[in-house]
Amino acid sequence: MAVLAVSDLRKSYGGQEVVAGVSFGIAPGECFGLLGPNGAGKTTTLRLCLGLVDPDGGSIELMQRPIPGEARPARLRVGVVPQMDNLDPDFTVEENFLVYGRYFGIPERAIRERIPGLLEFAGLAARAASRIQTLSGGMKRRLTLARALINDPDLIFMDEPTTGLDPQARHLIWERLKQLLAQGKTIVLTTHFMEEAERLCARLAIMDRGRFITEGSPRELISRHIEPHVVEVHGDEVMDWADGEARGLAARVEKSGETVFCYAKDPTPLLASLSRRELRYLHRPADLEDVFLKLTGRELRD
Amino acid sequence: MRPYALPSMSLRFVPVWRRNLLVWRKLAGASILGNLADPLIYVVGLGYGLGSMLPQIGGVPYVAFLAAGMVCSSTMFSATFEALYSAFSRMHVQRTWDGIMMAPIDLDDVVLAELVWAASKSALSGTAILAVIWLLGLSSSLLSLWVLALVPLIGLTFSALALAVTAVAKSYDFFTYYFTLIMTPLNLLCGVFFPVEQLPAPFQAVAWVLPLTHATAVVRPLMLGQVPLHVVVHVLVLLAYAAAGFYAASVLFRRRLLK
Repeated sequence: MAVLAVSDLRKSYGGQEVVAGVSFGIAPGECFGLLGPNGAGKTTTLRLCLGLVDPDGGSIELMQRPIPGEARPARLRVGVVPQMDNLDPDFTVEENFLVYGRYFGIPERAIRERIPGLLEFAGLAARAASRIQTLSGGMKRRLTLARALINDPDLIFMDEPTTGLDPQARHLIWERLKQLLAQGKTIVLTTHFMEEAERLCARLAIMDRGRFITEGSPRELISRHIEPHVVEVHGDEVMDWADGEARGLAARVEKSGETVFCYAKDPTPLLASLSRRELRYLHRPADLEDVFLKLTGRELRD
Repeated sequence: MRPYALPSMSLRFVPVWRRNLLVWRKLAGASILGNLADPLIYVVGLGYGLGSMLPQIGGVPYVAFLAAGMVCSSTMFSATFEALYSAFSRMHVQRTWDGIMMAPIDLDDVVLAELVWAASKSALSGTAILAVIWLLGLSSSLLSLWVLALVPLIGLTFSALALAVTAVAKSYDFFTYYFTLIMTPLNLLCGVFFPVEQLPAPFQAVAWVLPLTHATAVVRPLMLGQVPLHVVVHVLVLLAYAAAGFYAASVLFRRRLLK
């Protein structure tokens, strides 16, 4: 039984279709990643699924309840980590849990019993009485994650959970998310960190201009869309080389600024050609980021 | 959500109201003192100072006349400040509402909570001023106890009107217009500082359309120990403004936040 089932979802703003016919289902215990450039429609999709915005078309079932009609009871079983922290700045860490738990109608005693475990989970056991302004970015993010667990949700939505965090903080969040998955929670996560998606998500979809343009496991997507070897080449004469010799040696050659990306099934001839020249290069296996850039293009999105 | 539906009224607003109460409790002393200072300076400065040069009004000294007006006016200001600046901070600056609406609480519940909260807070400050006026001996009739029931209604009316303004505000600057164009005329035309009957006839007509006139028309006689006339009409006008403001606020907040 799906915890979330979305079918042909549509939403327009000012004549522009931000979500343009999206369908997907999430099974219990799954970690589903929604990838896409800025403005692809990821956050709008999440807000639609939570019943915070009314769709123009299509259907949503969250925790087996129709959305937006029964959004409120559905949200009783759901936790949300929003893109921008909206912790309550007027309160301490502990009060944030207390006040948020009340919104779910949880009795005060039950909330107080849950707080120590959540503080532990967030690594904030020593900061229960700290005011929010005194916390670092990573601490705030962990607190937002722990706050989303106050109702012991079955499904957790996370909108770019590690954006703006340093590597230490990011790895800690990833550890916590794996812990939640091990407990059997379902996670839906939007991100534009490919590494994050590859580490956490069993299945993911790449979204662009309101549509899902591909869907599958990280490995499937790489093998479906891209050659397994990538050679990145820099140097003064790289453009001449790219327009000439490289063409015959790589399946695809892409230029981005001063760098040339060569994609190939067999990298040996490319590497041989490069070894005869004064060009710096990096040979690596293809990853999700290559898939992402191939499908959504290299131009900047605002 | 149909944008023009009547606001749903549910007890789900209570935890949100309690959230605001918890914040307020941390600063309660300073908050009450701050709310008392302004009206009391008026009572002392205008009431005793200017009032000593004035004749009695309807058989009472000016300071007692003014004190009754200040209960209404400062309740109005307290409700307005809370429903404009504080509600706007929670909605727009701190994103507190966003966080609340991810829980099983709807926008309608949040708006109702803000309405009841601003009304509660202003009722408290109105009551504090009433207490000081009693202590100063400026009102000694038992009838003035009825004012305790009117102060929350006045708070509700002006909270509702201010929330509708907050719903369309782009920034704090927007509230300056509301103060200049609405609050100042209300404060000066509606019988707070002098009887409405002193105004030229066309202005009197305007004054009787405004909600604060109906508040002072009931509160002042009670404070001075008289039974007010047309109580039902005045109360209904205040309730009508409260209902219209609340409905407008609900619709406007939906248009702003549930797109």
